Amino acid sequence: MRCIHSHSNLLVPLMALVPLCGIAALAQGPTYNRGRTPSAEEIRVWNLILDPAGKELPPGSGTAQRGAAIYAQKCAACHGPDGAGGVGREGRDGPRLVGAKGTLQGLRGWRFATSLWDFINRAMPPMPPEMSMRQGGSLSADEVYAVTAFLLYRNGIIQEGDVLDAQSVPKVPMPNQDEGDRPHLREYPAAPLH
Amino acid sequence: MKAKELGRRRFLKEGAALAGLAVGEIRSASAQKLTPVETFETTKREIPPRFQPTARRLYGTPSPFETVKRQPKTPATIGWMTPLQDLTGVITPNGLHFEIGMPAVDIDPRQHRLLIHGLVDRPLVLTPEELKHLPSVTRIHFVECGGNGSPTGQAFMRNGGFMKNEGLTLIHTHGSTSCAEWTGVLLSTLLKEVGVRSGASWVTSESVDASKHARSIPMEKAMDDVMVAYGQNGEAIRPEQGYPMRLLVPGWDGNVNVKWLRQIRVADRPYETSGGKPETPGLKPDSKGRWWQYQLGPKSVITFPSIGQHLSSPGFYEIIGLAWSGGGAIRRVEVSTDGGRSWKDARLDEPVHRKAHTRFRFPWTWDGKETVIASRCTDERGDVQPSLEEFSKLWRVPLDYWLTAAGRTDYFNPINPWRITPEGRVRNALYPLPL
Repeated sequence: MRCIHSHSNLLVPLMALVPLCGIAALAQGPTYNRGRTPSAEEIRVWNLILDPAGKELPPGSGTAQRGAAIYAQKCAACHGPDGAGGVGREGRDGPRLVGAKGTLQGLRGWRFATSLWDFINRAMPPMPPEMSMRQGGSLSADEVYAVTAFLLYRNGIIQEGDVLDAQSVPKVPMPNQDEGDRPHLREYPAAPLH
Repeated sequence: MKAKELGRRRFLKEGAALAGLAVGEIRSASAQKLTPVETFETTKREIPPRFQPTARRLYGTPSPFETVKRQPKTPATIGWMTPLQDLTGVITPNGLHFEIGMPAVDIDPRQHRLLIHGLVDRPLVLTPEELKHLPSVTRIHFVECGGNGSPTGQAFMRNGGFMKNEGLTLIHTHGSTSCAEWTGVLLSTLLKEVGVRSGASWVTSESVDASKHARSIPMEKAMDDVMVAYGQNGEAIRPEQGYPMRLLVPGWDGNVNVKWLRQIRVADRPYETSGGKPETPGLKPDSKGRWWQYQLGPKSVITFPSIGQHLSSPGFYEIIGLAWSGGGAIRRVEVSTDGGRSWKDARLDEPVHRKAHTRFRFPWTWDGKETVIASRCTDERGDVQPSLEEFSKLWRVPLDYWLTAAGRTDYFNPINPWRITPEGRVRNALYPLPL
């Protein structure tokens, strides 16, 4: 009885509050106002993560022939001369990049060639963090296009003479492109595979 | 003075009572020979001479008699695994938390900034100091590498894999999981602060480290229980764990728990930019993967007696172990001491935390004969840890697939039985292997 009474007492103030809450939700202002707002240019330099659609790819181009020379010079020490993976020396056991057909190892699990471009650009060859904080990896855009072309060629995904640039990288047909076109979560335990 | 004296008297009284209790327990366990007189004398002295400090450390370290260390899983692994067989309780000490991937970097927090941008109304730059001023939470969660316990890996196979029992311990079979009390700001708090725009569905996080490790998680998880953590077991996160701030994604593949966090980008799709690993946690021989799965299944293991250990004689032992699940709290752990013919409930140490290591205990008297012991767990959603046979069916591979060089997968959570030999040696019985 007492409960009902208090409820009816509360009813009027609550009804008055509802429209106010609605307005607050629409405005969606920051609650705590900590930190600062970065400039658009600051975000552009800070952000190294590339859109998988390739809209942010920079000018430049490269082929597998050019990429082979860069790979030998700057990648083979960790990933092996033929891309089969490093030999396990401390800090020099880069993963397999070529081969492993029939598995998702190497590049074969990557759905987009843009991801490959992005990763080489951001991270390869790795540099100390204080240097890579702003720059990402240590290759020029042309070099990244060339190494990307070399690895895709060695995996049998493109031809040796194909030129990769901002227009062609997003169109490279990756082996698992169709997988997960509708990104959704698989809960544990998932149904048996395929 | 009076109060002090009273306090001292109470201390002595309780000390004596405790001593009596302790003696009772110790006698029943016949572990040590302590007499009540000795114990009482110890409490009566103001500062017993043998407890005079020789050197006070500004930051305490373990006893010199304790030699517990992390170890690499394989000689080729860049990473250090947790010696689960040497831990008590459920918290992993900060110095023993496992670590895989790029080496730790010493980041000056005065220089570090976190950028949150993308499909948001108000892009934001936060210093570590500013992050700490925001409403925070403290929670106990495990972090497990998605590849923990994965049977082979090529480098491991070259060294004999799990076929070779010699020199292997729980470090090698299960050591890529640790559990800590994490303090941080919920990612949902940060995302509400920057105002997520309609259409935003994924959140990509990037590390400062040399590989610029980056992973994407869906918005529903980001708004659930993910946090940007700065505290680990009561102190600042260790450099090895992402100092000054890291992403903590409870119950999901350790690989998405991005350390040394420098950027959070909100987008309308996953940015498949992972550090050397696609957004495809599972590998399969037919080139198909288990896409878009991140959650770790229910898993448990007996930590004593476990692989590489030795039972000196028949008699009573408390079987102890750990259980955890990305699906929530552990509700039940069962133990078999007869090779899986019968299972009995183990006792769980309370309180049981969600998505956290849970300690279980089971009384056992070993008769000195060869046997196989194992544990299996069930989580709050009713998911039960599978046998290797059930797990293989789920992945549609034959049992011996796991013994081949290609036979690895992430999210490997089968029951792992241990074989006790008549000599008391503990061997891995996951696969049908010669002893």
